[in-house]
Amino acid sequence: MERIPILKMGEYLLVTIQVDMHDRLAMTLQDDLTARIVAAHAKGVLIDISALEIVDSFIGRMLADIAAMSRVLDAETVVVGMRPAVAITLVELGLSLTGVRTALNVERGMDMLRHRIRSRLDG
Amino acid sequence: MTVLASDARAVQTSEDVVAIRQAVRKRAVELGFNLVDQTKIVTAASELARNTVQHGGGGRVIIEAVEDFGRRGVRLTFEDEGPGIPDVALAMKDGFTTGTGLGLGLSGARRLSNDFSIQSAPGKGTRVVITRWR
Repeated sequence: MERIPILKMGEYLLVTIQVDMHDRLAMTLQDDLTARIVAAHAKGVLIDISALEIVDSFIGRMLADIAAMSRVLDAETVVVGMRPAVAITLVELGLSLTGVRTALNVERGMDMLRHRIRSRLDG
Repeated sequence: MTVLASDARAVQTSEDVVAIRQAVRKRAVELGFNLVDQTKIVTAASELARNTVQHGGGGRVIIEAVEDFGRRGVRLTFEDEGPGIPDVALAMKDGFTTGTGLGLGLSGARRLSNDFSIQSAPGKGTRVVITRWR
């Protein structure tokens, strides 16, 4: 069965979406990712969507759901690499991705995750 | 309005939704749409195709390149013979949903297109036509 790979890097999980996802594939990713967060004791999830040519309401909801579920499982999620045309379209569509943290690229996303996890440990 | 090119596709499965996104993108590129306009019409197509699959029980789409008074655009006609929409005005509101989605499909597709029309009645199916001009 077709699946989107999830890479483990230390206490983080990295997902790079490189295909035009149909809805079932998106749902499978959501299930796989929540299972992996628990199994790997992950503290952070980075989702790279720089290859995605569109984000419609279904994919937008998937991203918001992943962020919400990972929060409940004590992990932070950052979505990185959204293309400008995708961002413009998302806002016009009416999606604000409330509760989803975003960063420009993978490097900044990793910085954001490290910072948030460190400040949580300190607090 | 002149139709320059036209093709019809089935809208039955979530794989069809992906294929429709790609076909609409190709048409928009051929017409010289810029990246933002391509993204908008493809996203609108994705929303309407998913509605056709989930609420209309499947149907078909006609993807056309059209010309009107010297301007060119992509026109999409989604048709199904599903249960229809009892209250179209209500279904057009942001956040209204009978399914599990966000209720942005119809209202979002309207915002992402230049022309939008919908015909639907209980038991008569649904037909949505959108056009985005270059």
